[in-house]
Amino acid sequence: MDLYELFRAGLNSAVGPTAIVYALAAIGLNIHFGYTGLLNFGQVGFMLVGAYGLGISVSIYGAPFWLGIVIGLLAALVLALLLGLPTLRLRADYLAICTIAAAEILRFVFRSRPATNFTGGPFGIPSQVGGSGFSGTWNALNPFPSGTYRFGPLAFTHTRLWVVIVGWALVLLMVLTTWALMRSPWGRVIRSIREDEDAARALGKNVFVYKMQSLVLGGMVGGLAGILLALNQASMAPDQFLPQITFFGYTVLILGGAATIWGPVLGSVLFWFLLASIERGLLDSGVMQSGAVGPVRLALVGGALVLLMVFRPQGILGDKREMMLDA
Amino acid sequence: MASVRHTVALVTVVFAVLGLLAAPAAAAAGGPPPPAAAAATTAHPDAAGSPLLLAQSGDEAVQGTLRDAEGEPVEGVVITVTTAGGEVIGEAESDAEGNWSLPMPGPGEYVATLDQGTLPDGAALRDPERDSLAFELRTGQQRTVLFPIGEGGTVGTFLDSVLAQTLSGLRFGLIIAITALGLSLIFGTTGLVNFAHGELVTLGAVMAWFFNAPAPRGVGLTLILAGLIATVLSAGAGGAIELGLWRPLRRRRTGLIQMLVISIGIALILRNLIQIWFGASSRPFFDYTIQQPWTLGPLRLTPRDAAVMLLATLTLVGVATMLQRTRIGKAMRAVADNRDLAESSGIDVQRVILVVWVIGGGLAGFGGILYGLSENVSYLMGFRLLLLMFAGVILGGLGTAYGAMLGSIVVGLVTELSTLFFSTELKFVWALVVLILILLVRPQGLLGRRERIG
Repeated sequence: MDLYELFRAGLNSAVGPTAIVYALAAIGLNIHFGYTGLLNFGQVGFMLVGAYGLGISVSIYGAPFWLGIVIGLLAALVLALLLGLPTLRLRADYLAICTIAAAEILRFVFRSRPATNFTGGPFGIPSQVGGSGFSGTWNALNPFPSGTYRFGPLAFTHTRLWVVIVGWALVLLMVLTTWALMRSPWGRVIRSIREDEDAARALGKNVFVYKMQSLVLGGMVGGLAGILLALNQASMAPDQFLPQITFFGYTVLILGGAATIWGPVLGSVLFWFLLASIERGLLDSGVMQSGAVGPVRLALVGGALVLLMVFRPQGILGDKREMMLDA
Repeated sequence: MASVRHTVALVTVVFAVLGLLAAPAAAAAGGPPPPAAAAATTAHPDAAGSPLLLAQSGDEAVQGTLRDAEGEPVEGVVITVTTAGGEVIGEAESDAEGNWSLPMPGPGEYVATLDQGTLPDGAALRDPERDSLAFELRTGQQRTVLFPIGEGGTVGTFLDSVLAQTLSGLRFGLIIAITALGLSLIFGTTGLVNFAHGELVTLGAVMAWFFNAPAPRGVGLTLILAGLIATVLSAGAGGAIELGLWRPLRRRRTGLIQMLVISIGIALILRNLIQIWFGASSRPFFDYTIQQPWTLGPLRLTPRDAAVMLLATLTLVGVATMLQRTRIGKAMRAVADNRDLAESSGIDVQRVILVVWVIGGGLAGFGGILYGLSENVSYLMGFRLLLLMFAGVILGGLGTAYGAMLGSIVVGLVTELSTLFFSTELKFVWALVVLILILLVRPQGLLGRRERIG
């Protein structure tokens, strides 16, 4: 087993598109869970509607690419409104159950036979549907000539490099947005709702509206993560949007530190670095075949989530006082 | 521990009933009278050392059994399987037992077509339009495709299908109710929404499968004994999780939301460890797999499903009696009602919570065995059931035991009755839609008390 190879596999994963997608999803969760105390366990549902909003409008109905992006984000907004209306007046665990249920409803519906004409059923929307597909304009915008680009231990194809550069720029933009929002009066109200909803209400704040705004905002960041995921793969299928994506997002967020500006980003980079190097190590040392890695990896993530929550709920960057949440 | 004795007594009664039912069931399936021998003769057709059953990915196959209206096997019928695009994969002919099977190249979407010209005289497809069935094959799956055969022209009326779906909805609802009871009791006494409850269900079914499977893969006990052991072990697992994890966490004053996230982590660990050990395919138990259904007017019910429903009902009645009549049951309701008041009136709250976990674990495991008996055993079965349990529990009223029973049965009925009007693929969706609707209209649930839950 070559330690440098493990390091290289980890590093490539830590700056790659997957880490970016999870960083974005976790930034959304950070707004929900970290700052507002909302338990959204259906972040993957926001990712799904974001991706399919783009895919269906562009590939099936021939809409322009930029309109597709807008539709994807609007789909996430509508989903947040639909989920928020029944549950945001109730206790936090109701939202948790409803969001995970809604994400699974969406996955079932999108992969079902009656929806095949719109969603492509279980096979989803590959890139070639509808001419150059939803990723045609995206690829045409790529300024890098085709080839492989190397930066020390890192290696990217030109399409991947394009996703990585735009992706990290988006992550940076979202981090800045969170920072600006959370030091604004709006951010202070959001955090006061997390700490004591009744106190915020007593001060005359409309708690429901603030929670709804937070749900919409974080959900749209999740939609953006889904759009980027689809663009990176140049395809989308419903079974990529399993509930465990959300659980990975929570692990990423809690590892980095919930209710911190850089927590989701640090968490995602570290998470994918560790996961990719461990996976590579397990494969290279012949401990297991590639088929068995999937469940082992999920079990490891579950273990990490438990250990973090028990021993360091504030993660690496967080403040323990901000994580004394109760339902 | 009077409470534990009650549980054991209950479980024993329940399994005694299963034993009573097993004898006629085995006889109906054509096995020789002694129940001990029946286990071997009624075993799954693939059980006789066939590598098919222990398949991993790459062993995809499609299979089925053709039986006519009297349940007699139909021989010599040709079934052609093509890809969704129309490319022929192969042909299979049903043998003297009516079985046919065809190895498949890999996962994907296929169509099986029955050649109606090869059906013997006096047998016809119950619905001649449905001679082609499209199906989807997952990695490693051995998919069963069934062509219902009747005497020709006997398409059931709509009322018949309503009755049939009501019956299967009731069966499904009862299974959800057993598993959801534990979830609801745990929430009521500790406030924890246990996302790992589905994995306790899977654990019970998988352990029962292990004790039931023949020697190289398992222990080879009869299903009744295997189920009894698995239920007791599931109860033990519930107690062990409480003692080893939740009690120390409560002592550390861990927040409820933190505990909720921890339970998700536990669920991920358990589910994937089970997958590593059990594999990704779904498998039936080895007893009572092929049974001749009883015909009651328009309804057809296998003895197995009848036993499942009876056992589930007895269990629910048993738990309700325990909650109403026994000391520990009253203590549980008291703790769920007002924990501080219960504690100050001398109830040992920690002990009550332990008993709730033991009972909840046992009920989950037992429900998993019944679910595995009426469907198949797979590592994902518990997680699939979890969302329906949540739907049932919230529909009935979070934290109320009787609400959980009622809500779950409604969820089961909605799930199965929806297939009369909508695609079968979407049947779970309707249950979850009901969950979201009830929160809009009556957030405290059907039997919940009106209180501030916001």
